[in-house]
Amino acid sequence: MAVVRTFHLPHYEAYPVHICLFSDVTNAAFLRRQLLEANPEFDYAFLDASMILTPTHLLTATFLALHSTLTHRAKTRTPHSELVFRLHPNNNIGEAYRKFGIHDTSTHVIAVKLGLPYSGGGGEGEGGEGEGEEGGKGGEGKDGDGEGIRTSVSAASVSKHLGDHVQGTSVEISADGGNLGRWCDVGKVRKVYKLGDGKAGKGKGKRGGDVGGMDGVDGDGDERKEMESVIMGIMTIKGS
Amino acid sequence: MSPPLDPTPVDADADVDVDTDTAPLHTLPPPFNLSALTPLTQGAEALVYTTTFLTSSTHVVLKYRPPKPYRHPTLDKRLTKARLLAEARVLVKCRREGVQVPAVLGGDWEEGWLVLEFVEGGTVRGVLDGWAEGVRIMGGEEKVWALMGRVGRAVGRLHEVGVVHGDLTTSNLMVRGPSPPEGRGGGEHMQRQAQSDPEPDILDGEIVLIDFGLATQSVHEEERAVDLYVLERAFAATHPAAEHLFKEVLRAYGESFKGAKVVLRRLEDVRLRGRKRSMLG
Ligand SMILES: Nc1ncnc2c1ncn2[C@@H]1O[C@H](COP(=O)(O)OP(=O)(O)OP(=O)(O)O)[C@@H](O)[C@H]1O
Ligand SMILES: [Mg+2]
Repeated sequence: MAVVRTFHLPHYEAYPVHICLFSDVTNAAFLRRQLLEANPEFDYAFLDASMILTPTHLLTATFLALHSTLTHRAKTRTPHSELVFRLHPNNNIGEAYRKFGIHDTSTHVIAVKLGLPYSGGGGEGEGGEGEGEEGGKGGEGKDGDGEGIRTSVSAASVSKHLGDHVQGTSVEISADGGNLGRWCDVGKVRKVYKLGDGKAGKGKGKRGGDVGGMDGVDGDGDERKEMESVIMGIMTIKGS
Repeated sequence: MSPPLDPTPVDADADVDVDTDTAPLHTLPPPFNLSALTPLTQGAEALVYTTTFLTSSTHVVLKYRPPKPYRHPTLDKRLTKARLLAEARVLVKCRREGVQVPAVLGGDWEEGWLVLEFVEGGTVRGVLDGWAEGVRIMGGEEKVWALMGRVGRAVGRLHEVGVVHGDLTTSNLMVRGPSPPEGRGGGEHMQRQAQSDPEPDILDGEIVLIDFGLATQSVHEEERAVDLYVLERAFAATHPAAEHLFKEVLRAYGESFKGAKVVLRRLEDVRLRGRKRSMLG
């Protein structure tokens, strides 16, 4: 059994978000292959934990994925691929998977399962969707949002399924999601969102968009908070 | 006071009037509904609410531009989208460059809404009103002077990164700090604070620029000077005593970045033109 933390986002409380965190994962290649083969049993967003800065970073992508799915404007095939897509600063879905999805060698993994009525098939569509413009509209109407959620997804089912198939250590996520950013590689995140190298001191005279520069202190709380607030904006306006 | 004449005609229209008073004027875009929102202000263009976002402890501002019934729906959608997106882009740019503005946390241009970081504190307008009412005798003069310096540097910083605000008023400048108890007044609050000081004082707060609905990306001295001119007028209109404070805003602005002195010179032309125009009109 894996430890699941279930989040309910304000305004989308009806759609629970189940999240698991794993360290020392040894079968990422297997998990990734299930996605590539679109195995419907493995309909999750599997993320490399080194690319998640803070819980809010992940919840922003989750909100945007729920929102575009539920308003029938998703740009990818499934809600979970939409989540991965929403993390990325541009519209290239393949690149989004390469940067944020798990790799064959990933050791720290975050798995997200959205409690949506119909999640469609698995499948990340890696490479196949190019710029990800059109992607399936996900069956307009038939998912009947608003008439209650008919879904077999529960924290217990996620816990059992991931516990059975992810080889690694299940790490309990604190109530505020605090440790979701624990294995973040802040430098890599800076690079993907083009936030500068963080070496410019904070304060006046700071030039060239070096977000939250802290004189070399890496991964500091204030620095992350400042990065997060810029990243949320980038994710929100991307593709518009 | 004598009872006013009843302005409501007693006829069949009466209950229509009652309805528009109580019922929401607009349906909100998904996923929002009124039960989870607290109205903050209702301007001509935007409805502003507070709510929570992503987590139940994250307080945010929801800015919604409802459709304008008198505009063609397609055109209206396009204009709303363009404006909201421009606002969001400028905010993200500012935030990236370290200019103090609310972070963009979410949004949907098709539907006309934007979620912004909630800035705890009050508007410069409210703070100046409170100060004029209460704190002046308590030796708040120096603090207000310092605050004006921060206003000047905040605007300078904005201009330096290549953004012109377009609607610089004392309501579109906020001061981070403890929120005044109700709305923007706060005279009483200020007095209380001046007496038992160790608490954080809003006069010491950092300036945050808000409301980028009319902002543009520009480095032209003329547009920068117009920004200052608009702010100068706003100061004069906010409070008579505030007018002389504006000198300090300009002084600090002038020292805040390389091109600032040129802008100040240009401001004199803009003022002249403004005066001529008002003599003509
Ligand atoms: N991020 C924020 N945090 C706290 N209060 C805010 C924030 N944004 C706006 N407000 C409050 O709401 C008021 C109105 O907001 P804003 O100026 O953005 O809208 P507006 O003037 O109606 O919009 P517009 O001029 O673009 O049509 C502000 O004067 C301020 O009191
Ligand atoms: Mg305003």
